[in-house]
Amino acid sequence: MMTFVFKRVLFGLTTLVLASAVVFAMLQVVPGDPARLMLGMNATEDQVQVLREQMGLNQPLVLQYLDWAGGLLRLDFGRSYTYSVEVSELVGERLAVSLPLALISLGLSTLVAIPLGIYAASRRGKTADAVSMGAAQIGMAMPNFWFALLLIYVFAVWLRLVPAGGFPGWSAGVWPALKALILPALALALPQAAILARVTRSAMVEVLGQDYIRTARAKGMTARSVLWRHALRNALIPVLTILGMQFAFLLAGTIIVENVFYLPGLGRLVFQAISQRDLVVVQSVVMLLVAAVILVNLLVDLSYALVDPRLRGNR
Amino acid sequence: MSFASPPTTLARPTGLRLLASRTFVAGAVLTGLVLLTAVMSLVWTPYDITRLVVADRMQPPSFAHWLGTDHLGRDILSMIMLGARTSIAVALVAVGIGVGIGVPLGAYAAARGGFVDEALMRFNDLVFAFPSLVSAIMITAIFGPGAVNAIIAIGIFNIPVFARVARAGALSIWPREFILAARAAGKSDIRITAEHILPNIAGLLLVQASIQFALGILAEAGLSYVGLGAQPPMPSWGRMLYDAQTVMLVAPWLAVFPGTAIMATVLGLNMMGDGIADALDPRARGRR
Repeated sequence: MMTFVFKRVLFGLTTLVLASAVVFAMLQVVPGDPARLMLGMNATEDQVQVLREQMGLNQPLVLQYLDWAGGLLRLDFGRSYTYSVEVSELVGERLAVSLPLALISLGLSTLVAIPLGIYAASRRGKTADAVSMGAAQIGMAMPNFWFALLLIYVFAVWLRLVPAGGFPGWSAGVWPALKALILPALALALPQAAILARVTRSAMVEVLGQDYIRTARAKGMTARSVLWRHALRNALIPVLTILGMQFAFLLAGTIIVENVFYLPGLGRLVFQAISQRDLVVVQSVVMLLVAAVILVNLLVDLSYALVDPRLRGNR
Repeated sequence: MSFASPPTTLARPTGLRLLASRTFVAGAVLTGLVLLTAVMSLVWTPYDITRLVVADRMQPPSFAHWLGTDHLGRDILSMIMLGARTSIAVALVAVGIGVGIGVPLGAYAAARGGFVDEALMRFNDLVFAFPSLVSAIMITAIFGPGAVNAIIAIGIFNIPVFARVARAGALSIWPREFILAARAAGKSDIRITAEHILPNIAGLLLVQASIQFALGILAEAGLSYVGLGAQPPMPSWGRMLYDAQTVMLVAPWLAVFPGTAIMATVLGLNMMGDGIADALDPRARGRR
């Protein structure tokens, strides 16, 4: 068990280091000198050189990388060119929107999709199964930003129940803030819920075909307790895998949906940074998301060992 | 070497099963319609979308303009037909990149194992750590927005997907007896891969290709919605939705049609993929 955890953590760390090197390298190929960009068109060559020296741009690339990566470890992402504030501060502010958004939609999709998948599996081949899986197909095929537009039209423009966009901030109170997040969360949750429902259903169908389920039924257990006590637990591994992947998708998916609703989250930040060529910000957000993906995958892998004792040995 | 001839996975029984699968047929009809629209737009569209008729702007659907007109007076039906071409071209080339590079990599890793295999799998893990949309955004941000960069950004993430599927599929074929027979007949690894392994994993790859094609359509739509994909005046469904959002209060129908087009295409491709997967593995039928 300990070697499994150790190996897995080591592997996660290696991936993280490699990924940071990739992100760093990507930003090196961007045309244009960041120092010149910061100073604007009218700066003299001397001024640019002084700033380059200050920013450490004249050092060898390896040192620049180590400097940057070391900063990341201390949560020091550098300073934004355009906002002239610490990137960590900017990111922190924006996470206060994106993280709750991702969590709410993960919660919504899990609450709907897992029961739906279990229900469809228990009604396999019947109308209820066909209807719910048909709905899942449509949910998977809808681009979330389009679903978002439709939601805005129905609930904000037509019924006027919630705002069409914008975010009042958590300081305005929890309820107004949640109201601003509910449509984006729904839009994000739909495709995720569709995928999760399909995975849950197919994992359950697979498990329900096993001999030990027949045994459990034969010894007189009720259908309900077979379903929940024996089948679900064994179907959890693929479901957990997808849930882990989805959290990463959701954090990334907020990027487009936030733009639909004009929410001041990470996604808006990235786009503003891209249009202003503020690449330190882009780099930091990408790195943060990559770290989140690696961390979540690590946690999912470790949780397999909790769900399935067989995996504790030789992996 | 007739004694070594493998059971080809896409042989007639599978083909017949495919035609019997309602999911596959419905998906194929949908996909076919979209393809037909795209091809037709090469020779004919109801209106010329480069001519802006501002007097006709934002008309609701009518006999003259079946799906209405946009804020510049362009015919929506014509735009959707041309947009189909953009979407399909971007997603198809991106799948091509994935298949063209990923499959040889995966097949090679499965044939040789050892260091190459290990390196490839670690590389895959690395790429999977980047949420594809974020990275596509970063790539288009660095190299500039546009259809070509969108293709590259989407295509890069298809490589590990196909490498993984090809490797897993090939690994399950290599220990089979007909491969042993082919080896005994003195065939090289490359020849065995080309003649026996690839035909046997073609079905798996086809299923994956339809999934990635669908994801590519969604990714292209997302990128062009945020302005990083195909640039105007090249019509694209994502861009049309962006334009529609700005006039949604006065012309809500403008947001309906491009979205429906995206959904129909993705739905068709996914259903085809499901149908093929079912036909390949009849025991798994109904599991999906």
